[in-house]
Amino acid sequence: MSQNVQTRDSAAPVVPPKPSKWRTFLDSDIVYSWKRQPVVIVATLVTLIMFAAALFAPWIAPQNPFDPRQLELIDAFTPPMTTSDFTGNFYLLGSDSQGRDVFSAILYGSRISLLVGFAAVIFALVMGTALGLLAGFRGGWRDALIMRIADVQLTFPSILMALLIFGVIRGFLPRSMHAEVAIIVLIIAIGLSDWVQYARAVRGATMVEKSKEYVQAARVIGLPARKILFQHILPNVMRPVLVIGTIGLALAIIAEATLSFLGVGMPATQPSLGTLIRVGQDYMFSGEWWILLFPGVALLILALSVNLLGDWLRDVLNPKLR
Amino acid sequence: MCADTAVKKSTAAQGEILLEAQDLARYFDVSKPWLNRVIERSERLTLKAVDGVGFSIRRGETLSLVGESGCGKSTVARLVVGLYGLTRGKLVFDGEDISDLASRTGRQAASVRKRFQMIFQDPYASLNPLWRVGTIIGEPLRFFRPEMSSADRRRRVGELLEQVGLSAMDANRYPHEFSGGQRQRISIARALANEPEFMICDEPTSALDVSVQAQILNLMRDLQDEYGLTYLFISHDMAVVKHMSDRIAVMYLGRIAEIAPADQLFENPHHPYSKMLLAAVPSLEGVGKERTVIQGEVPNPVHPPTGCAFHPRCPHANERCKAEIPRLIARSDGSEVACHGVEEGRLP
Repeated sequence: MSQNVQTRDSAAPVVPPKPSKWRTFLDSDIVYSWKRQPVVIVATLVTLIMFAAALFAPWIAPQNPFDPRQLELIDAFTPPMTTSDFTGNFYLLGSDSQGRDVFSAILYGSRISLLVGFAAVIFALVMGTALGLLAGFRGGWRDALIMRIADVQLTFPSILMALLIFGVIRGFLPRSMHAEVAIIVLIIAIGLSDWVQYARAVRGATMVEKSKEYVQAARVIGLPARKILFQHILPNVMRPVLVIGTIGLALAIIAEATLSFLGVGMPATQPSLGTLIRVGQDYMFSGEWWILLFPGVALLILALSVNLLGDWLRDVLNPKLR
Repeated sequence: MCADTAVKKSTAAQGEILLEAQDLARYFDVSKPWLNRVIERSERLTLKAVDGVGFSIRRGETLSLVGESGCGKSTVARLVVGLYGLTRGKLVFDGEDISDLASRTGRQAASVRKRFQMIFQDPYASLNPLWRVGTIIGEPLRFFRPEMSSADRRRRVGELLEQVGLSAMDANRYPHEFSGGQRQRISIARALANEPEFMICDEPTSALDVSVQAQILNLMRDLQDEYGLTYLFISHDMAVVKHMSDRIAVMYLGRIAEIAPADQLFENPHHPYSKMLLAAVPSLEGVGKERTVIQGEVPNPVHPPTGCAFHPRCPHANERCKAEIPRLIARSDGSEVACHGVEEGRLP
């Protein structure tokens, strides 16, 4: 039979090379939809600016708010858009009770907020996707065990869950280490409280994909389970994961701010946006409104634009809504 | 199907037996979860999807499995390719016992697996939506012939596409850009990629329009003639089966009711169930004639009837049919029938 195949090859048909990944991306529905939605373009730009500002904070910010030596106590409570009479420093968004530049604090604070948000989402995403794949693909007792744990966890609000995990982890560590590990504790606490969503979505999608005939075709060939899982099933269940991940990023940023606001997150010496808001609320009624307002607005814009992106992604990637 | 449904002329040289299935059985556990069983005191339930099916396929011929939905024909296909493990029975492929194929993994099974391929029912689910057509068709090549260069593989994919009536240019497109019939052609190209000898076709045309069905079936027959392929063809459509088959096995509730050469079965079916199925096929000669409507429904296979599973729907059933399971008995005209009535001579 193989001879048969070679002899018929007189005018060999030419398969053109595959288009590049970049070309494929530019031709995709996602880019098409993105170009046609001004709100989404603005949200993307705002998000990118916020990310860049956070990333390059040390080069943009006039001072390092984490370094007490750079703080001018004499400049405390300088209003926004004012040049200090004492030191000649210009305070774009004013300064707080320690003479800390609010603008710099927001840049450094959003850095921590974004770091915690991204790390927590990745933590939850990887854990949830892995467990969801395992549960959906293997089924049986693994499925039962994982999903029962998820059910139990879902009965607690995630912020309560994070508070609990936060408390437990801090209980095991000496008090002197609390400030150092605060960021890691936050990431684990928020990540652990969010993995259930990913696990549920991935498990459901995996069970659907697993029974589809293209997976059976791969099994007929004899493709090992590992390859079927990673080449066929995983890419096909990633869409809901991406959507949950984007919306989850906004939620994680807010969860971090909430925990910090409640005083169990980042310490006042390394303030995140939530910490800044907590510190600022003390001065809300004493006239120094900028200490609270600007970090609050920054958090609002960040969470809103990420959320808009998430909503848009959900619309594009979810064929049921189209 | 077109009006020309002449019974397929047997192109099969009556060669050696390629696949032999003996007493295949597959039971599924359909009981409720453990907790419900304990609380509701319900018992374990077993679904006997396939229970004692035996047949053999000669090289180059087409054996069709027909029957109503739920009779176990798709399960037989999945047992043969090792998607399900056997509960009981034996499968011999070209002299090699492959009963344990389902539990063989990876390359251990490759020597057998590369010799057969499967075509699926739903062309919308049988192609990975995120892969380009060329990648899909090349998948068996990448697995079975890792030594093949990517340029050679691309050339082979182009060949396969043209062979099934598509263009080599289509390799860079995605499955959603094709119609159902075109997708089924892509499935066939993938199945052909590794030059298999044996194809298991699980209702390959039942999701397609009638006009497209004919094209796909003709393509499959042409490929069979060209490569001497052997088909195990599964369908519920008697007209399709008539067009494709050398021999036909009629299944009912997990068992074979009758196996006969195609022309023999269509001219002179023995089993009352075969008669009932054939009487329901519309034909040009029968226009205006009163058709026999299929009576009754397929019983729940979790609680199959005692004795002959067909007896509640059979007009000729007697006490023996209710008590004793009939066995396939060979007749002088080349057919094998599992019916007490035929065996006793009560029925023609």
